[in-house]
Amino acid sequence: MSLPFILFFAFAAIAVASALLLIVAREPIHSALSLVLVMISLAALYLLLGAEFIAAVQIIVYAGAIMVLFVFVIMLLNAGTEERTNWSSIAKYAGVPLAIFLLLELAHWMARAGPGVGIANGVGRDSNTAVSTRALSELLFEKYLFPFEATSILILIAVLGALVLAKRDE
Amino acid sequence: MSGVPIPYYLVLSAILFGMGAVAVVFKRNIITIFMAIELMLNAVNLAFVAFARAWNQLDGLVFVFFVIVVAAAEAAVGLAIVITIVQNRQTLNVERVNLLKL
Amino acid sequence: MFLLDHLWIILALPLAGAAINGLFGKRWPKSAVNSVAVGAVSLAFLAVAELVREFVRLRPDQIPYFKNYFPWMTAGPLHVDFALQVDQLSIVMLLTVSFVGMLIHIYSTGYMAHEGGYYRFFSYLNLFMFFMLTLVLAANVVVMFVGWEGVGLCSYLLIGFWFLKQSAINAGKKAFIVTRIGDFGFTVGILLLFWTFRSVDFGTIFAKAATWPAESMTQVGTLTIICLLLFTGAIGKSAQLPLYVWLPDAMEGPTPVSALIHAATMVTAGVYMVARMNPLFSRAPIAMLAVAIVGALTAFYSATIGLVQTDIKKVLAYSTVSQLGYMFLACGVGAYAAGVFHLMTHAFFKGLLFLAAGSVIHAMGGEQDMLKMGGLRKKIPVTYWTMFIATLAIAGIPGFAGFFSKDEILNAAGSGPHANVWLWGLGLVAAGLTSFYMFRLIFLTFFGQPRFDEHKVHVHESPRNMTVPLIILAILSTAGGWFAAPHLMRGTDCFESFLHPVFATYAPEHPVGQEESLSGAAASELEPGPGMELLHAVTGPPVIVGILGLLLAWWFYIKRPEVPKRLAQSLRGPYTLLLNKYYVDEIYLALIVRPLLWISTNVLWHVMDERVIDGTVNGAAMVAREAGGQVRELQSGNARSYATWVVFGAVGFTVLMLALWMVR
Repeated sequence: MSLPFILFFAFAAIAVASALLLIVAREPIHSALSLVLVMISLAALYLLLGAEFIAAVQIIVYAGAIMVLFVFVIMLLNAGTEERTNWSSIAKYAGVPLAIFLLLELAHWMARAGPGVGIANGVGRDSNTAVSTRALSELLFEKYLFPFEATSILILIAVLGALVLAKRDE
Repeated sequence: MSGVPIPYYLVLSAILFGMGAVAVVFKRNIITIFMAIELMLNAVNLAFVAFARAWNQLDGLVFVFFVIVVAAAEAAVGLAIVITIVQNRQTLNVERVNLLKL
Repeated sequence: MFLLDHLWIILALPLAGAAINGLFGKRWPKSAVNSVAVGAVSLAFLAVAELVREFVRLRPDQIPYFKNYFPWMTAGPLHVDFALQVDQLSIVMLLTVSFVGMLIHIYSTGYMAHEGGYYRFFSYLNLFMFFMLTLVLAANVVVMFVGWEGVGLCSYLLIGFWFLKQSAINAGKKAFIVTRIGDFGFTVGILLLFWTFRSVDFGTIFAKAATWPAESMTQVGTLTIICLLLFTGAIGKSAQLPLYVWLPDAMEGPTPVSALIHAATMVTAGVYMVARMNPLFSRAPIAMLAVAIVGALTAFYSATIGLVQTDIKKVLAYSTVSQLGYMFLACGVGAYAAGVFHLMTHAFFKGLLFLAAGSVIHAMGGEQDMLKMGGLRKKIPVTYWTMFIATLAIAGIPGFAGFFSKDEILNAAGSGPHANVWLWGLGLVAAGLTSFYMFRLIFLTFFGQPRFDEHKVHVHESPRNMTVPLIILAILSTAGGWFAAPHLMRGTDCFESFLHPVFATYAPEHPVGQEESLSGAAASELEPGPGMELLHAVTGPPVIVGILGLLLAWWFYIKRPEVPKRLAQSLRGPYTLLLNKYYVDEIYLALIVRPLLWISTNVLWHVMDERVIDGTVNGAAMVAREAGGQVRELQSGNARSYATWVVFGAVGFTVLMLALWMVR
């Protein structure tokens, strides 16, 4: 049992447990905080996989900005315990079993799939296969330049949209 | 030194994705549902990164980058909609927001 | 050989007349309609005359003259061409049909002069001529069937000519439906014919049938079945037992229609068909016997009904049924030529009888009940004398046409190769009855004191366009039989010998004598001198019963007019039975019509149509609506439902993808 394995299982366990907490929690704020925990553990897993930049982006943007936004909105709306209505009959009877089936099925096939030879080395691999930020940015600004520019416009639209939607009628 | 085989990451990704799906069906609070969707996105991100490592291509990472960016935009607009819903229907129960029918 | 190669002209002329009158005649004056209609049929007759002239110059091996115009139906082994042929039998029929038809057209211009729908009448009449000529000229059984059905249609149209009269409409329907029953048998017969011989052409069929041995009296082979089926068509079309019931009702139509269609031509189509099919019939003795029996029985049965009828046209109708029975009796005993001879003479004298009756009705202002007539002899002399001549003919008085033909038939029934004493006896009695009721008709109508109010009814002779055809037909009723006369003087029967090839070409080998001309059979007896044969014929049983009938009628209706009434009183039972036509119509109504109506209403309508068919259609609609209603509830507006469905779709999709991946 080498270090990467231990680290993997540890963070995996945390991630799964937090996800479970998200499902089970009664208050939305608890769900939000468990989601943050999931994201942090995922960031750690990214580090294990050698994607340092992505791990950083995950923490800064996802956990740091998006989740903060969620928490703000929960607090703003004073979202409390959700009432237990169950009007959708199909969701009641078939929803959860279907989702669990999906989970198991995907897990099963994922276990069988994937390149067995791709072994993640994690920390301390040879620099020949470096995932340097430089390489990533070169890819981003050359091959994927157009999507990059498109997403910047997307963000602009999102900002405008959010502004218009949430504006209080004066 | 041996690393963790890629399928492990993929299984974890699948598990997280499935749990997000369960949460989407199961929960009634709009914001919670939204968060469950974010969980699913995260799971997919994990799968991308794992594959990027597996095939030694950086394209997977670029894709993760874009997913995060789009998730951010989506979260912003989505929460704005949620606020609008709350202003109009005074409820966060998704089952009460049932006007999307003929 | 112009006309022989262009036979279609004979058909096209009346068809064109029908079309022109039908499409344009409504606004034309009567003279224009007349010209078109009478002109068309007259030109057709002239064409036929020219055809005869060309025909007699043909060599024997060119007969039947065959002309194929265009292939009509081709489906696998079935090849039906629109083909026409001419042989001696066709010539006889063509002459009869076109000449009598022309006379009746001329007559109709007078009879129908005051009727509405004038153009329609002549259009239908011309159309009838077209179909009848098609039937006669046909070279295969399908084209013949076209004509067969077509004349049935025209009969229906013309019987119901006064379509505002309920009884006329019913009569037309009855005619069509009853003949349809026969036509069904005919159709099955055609199918069987095709199946057996792989062809519908007369020439091909007869040539093939000639190689078959004749079937015996004990074995019912294919030929017998075919012939019986075809004969059922003849039973319907020619009003024999049991499908005769439509003919008396058909008297609802105008009298020229009764004359043309229901006396001279259409009803004889059955006889023509049997004569045409003689190679088949000659090889199916059971069928021939059936034909003869039906013919003889019908002749007798119908004559008994005619004894007591009071409507002048009904008497003639039953008489027609009876005479048709004679023709079938002739064919049934193998004397085809005699049957056709009687067909021709019957066309003359029966057509004349009907036209004269029409003249009487016209003179009486529409009255048809003989009991209300009387003493018309001096008032309408032309009508009287022509009708009297026709009655002499039908009664078989020597010298007139009917004598020769009836004599030949009874001779064949009595002593021909297929002779049968019972049939001969029935035919003889029927001849006597015929003479009686026909003279009864004459005496009731024309003799005695007028039994009507002479101030109310102004009896006047008919105009010339009606009386001239009467006179012409009277001449033919007398002279038309003289073709056979030389036979009685030890010469040859011209008619018989003319038709000989038609009936001899495919005749089967008979172990018991050859069925040739009757002169052969008669000559095998003693060797009397020429005059003896004539005397023998003139004093034979048919003549005796004919004169007996005349005398009896004279006794009943002139000498002692109170006798009929007393007889009717004392024989109340039989009299009522005869008067009500043996209640056959009532029996048919109860046994066949009512059950059919019941089935149609309760089973076919209520159950099949309403419950099954409507139920299915409405049910399908209801299923669609219910399903739609169920599916509609999917759109609940509830986001959780939608989310669940999305997950469901995702599950399905991933399963599908994985399954495909697995298979590969």
